[in-house]
Amino acid sequence: MRTRFVTVLLALITAILVIPGQAATADEQGGEGLHGQITRPEDRDHGVEGIVISVFQGGDEIAAAETGPDGMWEVELPEPGEYRVVVDQESIPSEFAVRETALVVDGEAAVTVDAGDRRPLIVALIPADEAAGSGSPSPSESGEAEPSESGGETAAEGESLAAESVEGGFGERFAQLGVKGLIYGLVIAISAIGLSLIFGTTKMINFAHGDMVTFGAMVALLFSTGASGTGNALLALFLALAVAVALGAFLETRIGRTALLLGQWSAILLGVVAATVLGLMGDAVGWQVPLWGAAVIAVLLGAVLGAGMERYIWRPLRHRNVALIQMFIVSIGLALVLRHVILVVFGVGRSQYAGYQIQDLIDLGPISLPPRDLVIMGLSVLVLVAVACMLQFTRIGKAMRAVSDNRDLSESSGIDVDRVTLYVWGLGGGLAALGGVLYGLSEIVEYEMGFRLLLLMFAAVILGGLGTAYGAMVGGLAVGLVAMLSTLWFPSQLMQAWALALMILMLLFRPQGLLGRRERVG
Amino acid sequence: MSSDETVADRMAGAAAAPGSAKADPILVADGVRRSFGGLTAVDVGHLEVQRGTITALIGPNGAGKSTLFNLLTGFDRVDQGTWSFDGRRISGKRGHQVARAGMVRTFQLTKALTRLSVLDNMLLGATGQFGEGIAGAFLRPVWQRQERANTERALELLERFKLIAKRDDMAGSLSGGQRKLLEMARALMTDPDMIMLDEPMAGVNPALVQSLLGHITSLRDEGKTVLFVEHDMDVIMGISDWIVVLAQGQVIAEGRPSDIRSNQQVIDAYLGSPEEG
Amino acid sequence: MDILSILADSTRSAFGPVAAVYALAAIGLNLHFGYTGLLNFGQVGFMLVGAYGVGISVSVFQLPVLVGFGIGLLCALVLALLLGIPTLRLRADYLAITTIAAGEVIRLIYRADFVEPLTGGVFGMQNLASGFRRFNPFESSARYGFGDITYTGTHLWTMVVTWSLVLVMVGVVWLLMHSPWGRVIKGIREDEEAVRSLGKDVFTYKMQVLVLGGLIGALAGCMMAMHQAAIQPDQFKPQVTFFLWVILLLGGAGRVFGPVLGAMAFWFLMDFTDGVLRGMGSMGWLPFLDSPDYGALQLAFAGLMLVLLIVFRPQGLIGDRKEMLINVK
Repeated sequence: MRTRFVTVLLALITAILVIPGQAATADEQGGEGLHGQITRPEDRDHGVEGIVISVFQGGDEIAAAETGPDGMWEVELPEPGEYRVVVDQESIPSEFAVRETALVVDGEAAVTVDAGDRRPLIVALIPADEAAGSGSPSPSESGEAEPSESGGETAAEGESLAAESVEGGFGERFAQLGVKGLIYGLVIAISAIGLSLIFGTTKMINFAHGDMVTFGAMVALLFSTGASGTGNALLALFLALAVAVALGAFLETRIGRTALLLGQWSAILLGVVAATVLGLMGDAVGWQVPLWGAAVIAVLLGAVLGAGMERYIWRPLRHRNVALIQMFIVSIGLALVLRHVILVVFGVGRSQYAGYQIQDLIDLGPISLPPRDLVIMGLSVLVLVAVACMLQFTRIGKAMRAVSDNRDLSESSGIDVDRVTLYVWGLGGGLAALGGVLYGLSEIVEYEMGFRLLLLMFAAVILGGLGTAYGAMVGGLAVGLVAMLSTLWFPSQLMQAWALALMILMLLFRPQGLLGRRERVG
Repeated sequence: MSSDETVADRMAGAAAAPGSAKADPILVADGVRRSFGGLTAVDVGHLEVQRGTITALIGPNGAGKSTLFNLLTGFDRVDQGTWSFDGRRISGKRGHQVARAGMVRTFQLTKALTRLSVLDNMLLGATGQFGEGIAGAFLRPVWQRQERANTERALELLERFKLIAKRDDMAGSLSGGQRKLLEMARALMTDPDMIMLDEPMAGVNPALVQSLLGHITSLRDEGKTVLFVEHDMDVIMGISDWIVVLAQGQVIAEGRPSDIRSNQQVIDAYLGSPEEG
Repeated sequence: MDILSILADSTRSAFGPVAAVYALAAIGLNLHFGYTGLLNFGQVGFMLVGAYGVGISVSVFQLPVLVGFGIGLLCALVLALLLGIPTLRLRADYLAITTIAAGEVIRLIYRADFVEPLTGGVFGMQNLASGFRRFNPFESSARYGFGDITYTGTHLWTMVVTWSLVLVMVGVVWLLMHSPWGRVIKGIREDEEAVRSLGKDVFTYKMQVLVLGGLIGALAGCMMAMHQAAIQPDQFKPQVTFFLWVILLLGGAGRVFGPVLGAMAFWFLMDFTDGVLRGMGSMGWLPFLDSPDYGALQLAFAGLMLVLLIVFRPQGLIGDRKEMLINVK
């Protein structure tokens, strides 16, 4: 096995060696340079494209760069020394101006670059009207713009939920934020049920759960904005995976092993071929569904993703007796893979579901809401009730709770634990995807959104009690409310910190969580 | 070596009834309760364990024997109750504090430290090691003499437990019975006054059972107190000086093996009495 | 594509300052996970508080660099206590969840607006290294090295200091692990209840390890600040921790030299794949990918490496497979 691997590697290297080609311009670690990122003043995760930055040495312009879509720029410098950096005022969008700092004066900065330094240079933007107020005295405005205003309103990282400014008296803001917290909590709860049930049935913490949320949001975005090559290929692949998993789950006992393997492999192979063909056809097969349809597709694909991971990764690992701690690490690795494959496939862009962003508010007493929030709430409550009913009254739901409670006991009392685990993963994957879509409705969809939500999901499941589905619901609501209401008194960027603090307090005083049973944990 | 007569003397005067007083108790427990989610696992009113004897704790499955063990040794927290060891109150203390007080336990599922050598397992048991402090660890010359003395004692114990040939093997490579022996030897490294064995015979090759029993009796003969949980009635009747019977978390009977053998309540508890289904 | 120059670049980064910084941080993680079995998924948090500790001291309060290092380490001590007190008495997974969350939350706090006067917010801080580079005995712009593998004087100075710290820490770990203290620690990794039953205060030992490993991580953070002369909150994302895990598992967890070898091998591989991807891209072999995708692919590759290592070679480069297999729990 190992020798074969080494042979392949050597062959690869030789092949690369003999193929002539121009030298790669791998940037040398030792070279000097300047770089930075120019972002929007109100949302510092959003870059500003097309700003030109020139570097002068003495009187000569020696380098220039333009910011990319993410606001990043970089220039290579020939040698260490003194440079003058000029931000081209023409290229700055008219609504912004360069912030004056000790270093950057009037869009220019003098910098010293040491040998081997790749220095960052901070160029910050502020809204143009503020610059006029606080900078050079303009004749029309003699009053100074309050500096605190500009800082106070900036959004927390990716939290447009909080960013919609809430105004009015304390009571009104409390009610408004309470509703927001409720929505946030419902989204967390839906996403976290799977995390908790998976922990219950397999004692494993699925660190990839956040990325399953991202997956759902991204898939819904893809199909609602028009699926072409990528979308079709994705559908084909997941259909094949679903067929393979379903074959295994339902026909394992009925047909022979060889026939089963043959069926599964041919399904996967067919899927890959179909995906390639569809991918190559690209826009030729283009179609689009409304967001609700895309959400259904996302949930289905999410369920297949969860079940597929369980069937082809976790079950084999469990049967190999891989220790739990090792499994955690595997799930971290999978999270990295999933997140960055999503990044490559769907791109770094931050987008929103079309048509649901700007809506007329509905007034309900002190609270005014866009209709989409009402839909999110209604749908979430409906789904949570449905899941609770399933867990409480159906056979498979009862089996899930039993396995979650005591895996060994369930196994010895005749429950097919592997199959129940498969369903739990499917359910968890589907719910995570749904959570992603709902989160995406009120949030910007981007590849790290799920990881951010994962931290809150962790807080939720620990708060409610690891391994209990109802605990995840209660915990999710509590975390959402605490996070949102904290912005009444504290900066919104501390939202996650409060959720974490809540979790740590819970660990100190009641480690089994609100709904968990007291057992020996230490 | 003490003879059986002196052991009998030690037990003299103790009534064969639950919660009976002993002449010289080393462990005294009062009102120990522990429940799991509404189910009372342990509810022991009063219990004394006589110094220098082998006391067996028996009872049907789920009687709360292991829970009581965990509670007394500080590995689980009680809902209420107090107990003292050698006159000092140890209730509420954590596991390591109980062990330092001189009451050392073993586990039902053996906890050999698998990726440490047998000798390292033994040395871990030694108490008062200077080199176990994080600062002391750097002062090799200071702890080296102590380490040599401990090693000598460990080797003696390994010799006695017939593990000397395995001294440099990983503990994980030992058989189940050898692990039980190692665990017992390791517990002895701490030089305890009382040793608590949780099912020492479980999963042990029958050939090794006799030798384990021999080790247990010789512990008593050295003046140590032994409390152990066991299932096998023949084993218990053969070596215990005193037997405590637990059922549904409560002490239902106490006495010499002969008393217990004829106790109707014990027979009911084991076979299941008709009223309780 | 010029494979020789890619190899030279990869080799250079295998010995470079970044590899040294990661080796140092991974030594801390090795203490946590390799020897004690603590699942710390937030080592980056320790690096962050270390880097910002020295950064804020030097640039805001104009303190000497060495004092800054001390403050960075102090911050790490506080963080370790905050994380350890609630979680170290509980099951291992609680520490894992708490550390991964804490690492990210700390980053969010340090980049928030309201602490901008202190931390520079999303922009970070610059000009941190002048106090460190003042002692540079090398010619800062001259190049030192053999053949294609050369470093500037500034980098060489950082390398000398960081690799020396790595060696010192390797020595410290060796001494500790070959002492009775180390025996207790390894015992806790195998089964903490057994160790507790022998009268050892497991909680205190775990806390000592958490603090010590965190301090080493913070030291790595300090050196990172010195190397880059500038720090930014977004370079302390969770993937740094995951890189450290790859490094540790690649080198061999629970081995004194594991993190050092792992860091070298990891940065060699990362630069090599990067070079090959870019080379292939410039030849037009990767039609569906743009150059920003290469970074993402590399991270996915790191994740895959983590999975494959655990499944197929859990002992890493220098571990003992038989020893790993004994552990059937």
